[in-house]
Amino acid sequence: MAVEVRIPTILRTFTGGEKKVDGSGATLAQVIDDVDSRHPGLKARLVESDNLRRFVNVYVNDEDVRFSGGLEAPTADGDVVVVLPAVAGG
Amino acid sequence: MVRYNSLADSVGHTPLVGLPSLSPSPTVRLWAKLEDRNPTGSIKDRAALSMIRVAEATGQLRPGATILEPTSGNTGIALAMAAKVSGYRMICVMPENTSVERRQILAMWGAEIVSSPAAGGSNEAVRMAKELAAEHPDWVMLYQYGNPANAEVHYLTTGPEILEDLPEVTHVVAGLGTTGTLMGIGRFFADKSPEVKIVAAEPRYGELVYGLRNLDEGFVPELYDPQYVTSRFSVGSRDAVRRVRELLEREGIFAGLSSGAIVHAALAQAVKAEKAGERADIVLIICDGGWKYLSTGAYAADLDTTEDFLDTQVWA
Repeated sequence: MAVEVRIPTILRTFTGGEKKVDGSGATLAQVIDDVDSRHPGLKARLVESDNLRRFVNVYVNDEDVRFSGGLEAPTADGDVVVVLPAVAGG
Repeated sequence: MVRYNSLADSVGHTPLVGLPSLSPSPTVRLWAKLEDRNPTGSIKDRAALSMIRVAEATGQLRPGATILEPTSGNTGIALAMAAKVSGYRMICVMPENTSVERRQILAMWGAEIVSSPAAGGSNEAVRMAKELAAEHPDWVMLYQYGNPANAEVHYLTTGPEILEDLPEVTHVVAGLGTTGTLMGIGRFFADKSPEVKIVAAEPRYGELVYGLRNLDEGFVPELYDPQYVTSRFSVGSRDAVRRVRELLEREGIFAGLSSGAIVHAALAQAVKAEKAGERADIVLIICDGGWKYLSTGAYAADLDTTEDFLDTQVWA
């Protein structure tokens, strides 16, 4: 088991076109570091000065991590991390 | 008193109805606020009429003016009705991948529709509308994403209505689009009853809608202030459709797809409270009825077919 990380179209150049990659770690930050070790450059597109970039939304099991600890949000095997660009509704 | 001087005056004061079948127990209860009972059938009547009223009062909107608005449907429909009655010209910029019913209803109230490309969803509609506004400085863009009158109306009406009807409310779950509903309700409860949890349900679309050229084209509405939200959930089309069907079968309520996403997030809160042994009275917003979504197959086709169809659509 691992943490599944779903990559939006716009960032798949970093994953060789893969829609989802596996990661491991007890926090979102650790998972991102782990994934970045195999797909270098990805982290820099998601994180800026230890915060998520403004137009990036990250969800762990569908919950927006900005309300559950940010990069320190806990993760566990079997969790699904979804990365999406921020878009308008309404 | 349910007598009003005009249709526009009848906005708001919507019923709050219990959901006895979907509520998990007598101490964890769900309540639906039926915003489809507004003049044009959605919660957006509140924001649209409020933005028009303020723009008229400040002189920004004068007789014979042209209103321009980026919208995925309901705000445009609400503005179109008000524009028709008041003699304004109405132009909506709307993503081309929205349901046919929205176009039919907009046309019915005389609105002109400029279609924005499917890829990029509402972001593209916002971008195109801003370009058009720059080219036509005499047109009035009320701009629901940044207009304080959008959030303000929920602070002044939706929030107080909920608290008056259900003083024991513990959670309010609403949709996140322009963020106007959540910002207004959130700010109201932060002032009056800060222990109430404000939960956002955000539709998760298919890949096409997130098809931006680069991340810097992302969009966060100017109205959005995360301090008024307790938690925020992303809900895909499959769960949203599953929940509108449950709502229909178990409670008899015929709701639109964004309401399905809201029901999904509300039920998650209910399960959490039940597990923790806590009392909960959870208000969820029914944003609109299902009429505008019949053509999507949401109420009849098998779930896989509906999910495949909605994958390319701005469905909420």
